[in-house]
Amino acid sequence: MKVGELASAFGLEVLTGSVNLDREIQAGYTSDLLSDVIANIEENAVWITIQRHINILGVAKLKDIAAILIPRNLQLDQEVIDKACTESIAILRGGLSAFELSGLLYDALKRG
Amino acid sequence: MVDTFQFTPKINLEFTIREKDFFLAGESASRVKKTLQQLGMEQEIIKRIAIIIYEAAMNVAIHASHGMLRVFISPEAITIETEDAGGGIPDVDLAMREGYSTATHEIREMGFGAGMGLPNIKQCADELKIDSKVGTGTLLQATVYFTNWQEKH
Ligand SMILES: Nc1ncnc2c1ncn2[C@@H]1O[C@H](COP(=O)(O)OP(=O)(O)O)[C@@H](O)[C@H]1O
Ligand SMILES: [Mg+2]
Repeated sequence: MKVGELASAFGLEVLTGSVNLDREIQAGYTSDLLSDVIANIEENAVWITIQRHINILGVAKLKDIAAILIPRNLQLDQEVIDKACTESIAILRGGLSAFELSGLLYDALKRG
Repeated sequence: MVDTFQFTPKINLEFTIREKDFFLAGESASRVKKTLQQLGMEQEIIKRIAIIIYEAAMNVAIHASHGMLRVFISPEAITIETEDAGGGIPDVDLAMREGYSTATHEIREMGFGAGMGLPNIKQCADELKIDSKVGTGTLLQATVYFTNWQEKH
């Protein structure tokens, strides 16, 4: 499943325009502890987190993350969105909780 | 390991890390990772090295005032070194414990300060040396050998 397909399937908002919409998603990970993400997230994963400061982009870049997914329609600074575009990192946002989004993503990835 | 890497000469990389400049600390880890990928190094080893660099550099940005990140690459091993000026670590054994952190509430709110950095570095490195002087600073050296990971784990 591609990032763009995930967004349309679950009605997610795409905050970063066309960035990485064609990227294939192979895994998912839900965590707000950066050390945990750095150590355990797989490549090409969607990272579900409520962290929204600029440092999540460093993590996303280092771990080659397919997209960051922000739950509960939480607000992001424009600075972070702009930087994500420059760094080619997709940021998606949904109205559901991290728990619910994780469940949807899990199902979608299992179905392939 | 890919053959081309065997013949690569020694490479040293150096980055400055400033207090609370988390983005730059993360960025240096990404840059080293890219260099290692270009050298054709094995994915698994690159992953471990990336974790070490990120955590060590973040520790300087979070817990010290400023410092240097140096990466020494030879055909046999890679050594990641951070040398900082800062408060130092009074009890290194305690600092190595999983979950131990002196990070402030503010830092924790950003998702840092889980107390997993040093344990993760230890887990990923074949050798780890921490030399710290309270009130002066910390020297951390982590080495990954290109051959003996299997033997150790
Ligand atoms: N470079 C450093 N300078 C001073 N103190 C440090 C440094 N690195 C680590 N420490 C101390 O060791 C503790 C544990 O480090 P670590 O395992 O990386 O967890 P965290 O960074 O999440 O607090 C830190 O909270 C801090 O007290
Ligand atoms: Mg740390």
